[in-house]
Amino acid sequence: MLIRRPPDVLPSEITDPDLYHARRRFIAQAGSLALAAALPASQANAATGRLGPLAASPFSTTEAPTSRKAVTTYNNFYELGTDKADPAENTHRLRPAPWTLRIEGLVHKPRSFGIEDLLKLAPLEERIYRMRCVEGWSMVIPWVGFPLATLLKAAEPQGSAKYVEFVSHYDKATMTHGVLDWPYTEGLRLDEARHPLTILAVGLYGDMLPVQNGAPIRLVVPWKYGFKGAKSIVTLRLVDKQPLTAWMKAGPSEYGFYSNVNPEVDHPRWSQATERRIGEFLKRKTLMFNGYADQVASMYAGMDLRRYF
Amino acid sequence: MTPSNPQLSGIKSALFLACLLPAFLLWRRFDLDALGANPIEAITRNTGEWTLRFLLITLAVTPLRKLTGWHWIVRLRRMLGLFAFAYGVAHLLTYLWLDQFFDWPAIARDILKRPFITVGFAALVLMTPLAVTSNNFAIRKLGGRRWQALHRAVYAIAILGCVHFWWLVKKDVTEPLIYSLILAVLLGLRAWWRELERRKQIAGGYLPQAPRLNSKVIRIFAK
Repeated sequence: MLIRRPPDVLPSEITDPDLYHARRRFIAQAGSLALAAALPASQANAATGRLGPLAASPFSTTEAPTSRKAVTTYNNFYELGTDKADPAENTHRLRPAPWTLRIEGLVHKPRSFGIEDLLKLAPLEERIYRMRCVEGWSMVIPWVGFPLATLLKAAEPQGSAKYVEFVSHYDKATMTHGVLDWPYTEGLRLDEARHPLTILAVGLYGDMLPVQNGAPIRLVVPWKYGFKGAKSIVTLRLVDKQPLTAWMKAGPSEYGFYSNVNPEVDHPRWSQATERRIGEFLKRKTLMFNGYADQVASMYAGMDLRRYF
Repeated sequence: MTPSNPQLSGIKSALFLACLLPAFLLWRRFDLDALGANPIEAITRNTGEWTLRFLLITLAVTPLRKLTGWHWIVRLRRMLGLFAFAYGVAHLLTYLWLDQFFDWPAIARDILKRPFITVGFAALVLMTPLAVTSNNFAIRKLGGRRWQALHRAVYAIAILGCVHFWWLVKKDVTEPLIYSLILAVLLGLRAWWRELERRKQIAGGYLPQAPRLNSKVIRIFAK
C-alpha cells in the first residue's frame, strides 16, 4: 500500500530568490530611510533616501567616480567584519537612526546634535574625492557632506585645544570582538580638522550614507590614508595632547598619527609608491598627499615626514 | 580495504578532477564577474589559499595512513603535492603578471624588502626541486634515501607558507591561525610517532649488535 505523505514544504511557502534578495535590500535600506524620515524636507527625501539640493564644489576632482557597487561592497569597516565583503552583508548590526553626535572637551559650547540638526548646520555639498587605502588600492567617491570646520565653529573651541579626537560607535552585542581596541578612534591636528578639504560625510552618490560606508556620519580627509576617516562617529572631543588612535595602538611601527598619503614612505609591509584604482587593471603612481599637495603641503612645512608618518 | 589497480586508477582520475575544481570555480567566478571590486586581489588570495590547503592535505596523507591503515592512499600523495605546486605557481604568476604587470624593479624590491613576500617566494623556490623530482625516474636516480631527505623540505615549505599568510594579514589573524594549528597537529603527530618508535627500540633491547657479539664470545670461551 502506498501511503502518500505531504511534502515538508508547500510550494507556496518557498520564497522566490528574487523576492528574498529584495527583502535583504529592503532591510539594508530601511535604516537609512528611517533616518531620512527624520530629516528636513529640503535636505533629504524620506521616500527615496536622496539628499539635496547639493552644491557643487571646486574641490571636486573631474576623474571618473568608482562604480557605486564597488564603493558599497568593498569596505574596510572591521566592526561589521574583517573581510571586505562583510560590512555590506552585516548592515543590520548598526542602526543609523536615531543618532546623536556629541562634541565635547576643550570647547566653550559642548553640545549634542541629532543628525537632523547637523544637516541644517550647513548647505550640503557634493565632494568628489580620491580615496587612497593604506593597502594599496584607491577609489574616486562622490561624497555628500559639509566642512568639519562648520561644526567645530558651532562648538567654539577653546584656545588650548590643539587636536580633535573622533570616536566611532561600538556595540559589543552586535559588533566584532577583538582585532582592534574598540571603540575605533582617530585624530587630527586642529588645523587639519579645520582645513576646507576635511568634511563630515552624510551621503554618497546623492543618497544617504549606506551603513557599510559609515552611516550616518563619517569623517573624510582625502589627503590621508582611508583609515583616518572614522566611520559612524558618536563623539568629537577637542583635546590639548595628540590622541592615540586605534591603529597606532594596534601597530605603532606601522601606523602613525599623521598617515598622510606619501609614495616615498613605505608601509613596512607594502610599498606605497603605486596603487590600483578599483576598476582599473594597471597600477598607477601614488601622488604626494594623494594629489592634494597644493592645498595641504604647507601645513607640514619643515616636518620630517619620514618620522611623522 | 586495498583497491585493485583498476579501482585505484579510477580513484586517481576522480581525485585529479576534484583537485581542478577550485581552479574551475575561480574561473567561473571570474567569468560571471563575481570576484568583487578587486578581482586581482581575489585571485591572488584564492590561489594562495589553495596552495596552502593542498600542502596541508599532502601532509595529512601519512598521518591518515597510520591512523586508518589505508596504506594505498600514499599512492595519491604525489598528485596532491604536484597540485600544491601548480596552485603555488598560479599564485606567483598572478602576483608577477596581474598584480605587478612584470614591473621587475618593483618585484625585486618587494621580494627583498617585504618579509611576507620574501618568505612566500622562498617557499615557492623550495617547492620547485620537489616538483621536478616527483617521478619514478628521479627516485631511482637519486636513490630512495636521498630522495626522501630532499622531500622532507616540504615541512619547511609548509611552515614558510603559514608564516607568509600570517605576516600578510593586517590585524585579524584568525585564518592564518587556523592553518597554523592544522599544520602543528600534522607535524606534531609525526614527532610524537617518531618519539614512540625511539622508545620502543630502547625498551625492546632492539640494539642488534651487542647481544649477538656477546653470545659469540661466550661460545669461543666455551670451546
